[in-house]
Amino acid sequence: MSLRGAACIVGAYEHPTRKAPDTSLAQLHAEVALGALSDAGLTLRDVDGYFCAGDAPGLGPLSMVDYLNLRVRHVDSTDVGGSSYLLHVAHAAQAIAAGKCDIALITLAGRPRSEGVATGTTARAGNPAQPDVQWEYPYGPTIANMYAMCATRHMHEFGTTSEQLAWIKVAASHHAQHNPHAMLREVVTVEDVVNSPLVAAPLHRLDCCVISDGGGALVVARPEIARSLQRPVVMLRGAGEAVKGQMGGDVDLTFTGARWSGPRAFAEAGVTPADIRYASIYDSFTITVLMHLEDLGFCEKGQGGRFVADGNLISGVGRLPFNTDGGGLCNNHPSNRGGMTKVIEAVRQLRGEAHPAVQVKDCALALAHGTGGSLGTRHGSATLILERM
Amino acid sequence: MAGRSIPFSPASPDSAPFWQAAGEGRLLLRRCDACKRVHWYPRPICPHCGGATAWQEASGRGTIYSHSVMRRAPEPYAIAYVRLEEGTTMMTNIVDCEFDAIHVGQPVRVIFVPRDGAPPMPMFTPEAAA
Repeated sequence: MSLRGAACIVGAYEHPTRKAPDTSLAQLHAEVALGALSDAGLTLRDVDGYFCAGDAPGLGPLSMVDYLNLRVRHVDSTDVGGSSYLLHVAHAAQAIAAGKCDIALITLAGRPRSEGVATGTTARAGNPAQPDVQWEYPYGPTIANMYAMCATRHMHEFGTTSEQLAWIKVAASHHAQHNPHAMLREVVTVEDVVNSPLVAAPLHRLDCCVISDGGGALVVARPEIARSLQRPVVMLRGAGEAVKGQMGGDVDLTFTGARWSGPRAFAEAGVTPADIRYASIYDSFTITVLMHLEDLGFCEKGQGGRFVADGNLISGVGRLPFNTDGGGLCNNHPSNRGGMTKVIEAVRQLRGEAHPAVQVKDCALALAHGTGGSLGTRHGSATLILERM
Repeated sequence: MAGRSIPFSPASPDSAPFWQAAGEGRLLLRRCDACKRVHWYPRPICPHCGGATAWQEASGRGTIYSHSVMRRAPEPYAIAYVRLEEGTTMMTNIVDCEFDAIHVGQPVRVIFVPRDGAPPMPMFTPEAAA
């Protein structure tokens, strides 16, 4: 079964908050749910499928289905970290194609900023039954130093430089200046990035994404329903997913799961990287973007540094406009999970509803890619190719 | 070793021999009886072929595959992947050295660093500093 044309994204909503100390996690999920349904011209009563991941409060989908009083006949709480919501779009399309639901709601929300979580710089023990914990946790693996090890190895193998990585932040900041909700709206330079303090060498503070409260939601529906609504139709054209780990000790930090999920999505879509007009690329760190661009086929392996330099990712300037909302690097990284906002900005671009300063002209085909977990240890990858009909 | 306290994490039912050997200053690996390959982290079931595995002693020598010095921490520390001589790669810390001199390909050897209330952790130090 191909997912090509099996479902459409009919609603998308990004919560405007970046700090929500007085709003509960469940309320944030509910607010984004209503936002996305309103965007689609639908109501809670229309929803018959619900998708969430580990950021949702309670046991899997149970608490939020109850809180929203949904009447669902299909649920899925697959959790692959920040990539979950891209994967949920694909799984929703599968469920719709199989007749299990017609209108699927996907929500994400979180409050790491209000809760004061030192997200990327503190080692987290996890569940003691997690099989890697006793072999890794005592060494102090954090999100930041695990991605930093990918950068160290990439620099060693391919000669990638901190200045090249910095261009990714520079491009994101050029986009974020137009986003009134973005946490970091100031345009930065390569020098600003490389002169910011080291967090986990070789990654600097400005190589890292923001920590923000907030959330987002998507509504995925059967194509016949999508065509009946008063919104531009954004169709799922292809999807791929993968999980990459340490491969039994054959650790290879030079590539990500995008090497596997990307070609699967392109094959299903019947298009190539050269056809993509806009790309939402997961950007927990600058190195994340660089490796994903290589693995998705936008440039050769090892050429990512050259590809991103000199503004090549800036809308209206370079060949591949990316993360035109400012991305996780500047705009928003709600719940420390950047996958939802990747899809939302791709939908905006395909509808022609991105900020005019960053809107890609005639944007008919877009890619969104997400990672969850850690590129330095084990992670999920999910790639979507979306088309405006 | 600088002052960073090493967190404790509980052993699993199958790892007792590893931690006992660590207490004696020996690094153990598991090798597959079927495909003969070593792997990391140690499991009774081979991640390469599904075969049964058994403990063997490692030389304790390897080279740094990648590394990062965590600067945004109360006490900076160096995390690394070390490719062991036997052909598998483990996460570890690099200790007893100048952090700025740590580099990919650097030869290192295992040392065992004491922890409060738990067996010592295998960490690595540059060969030249031995």
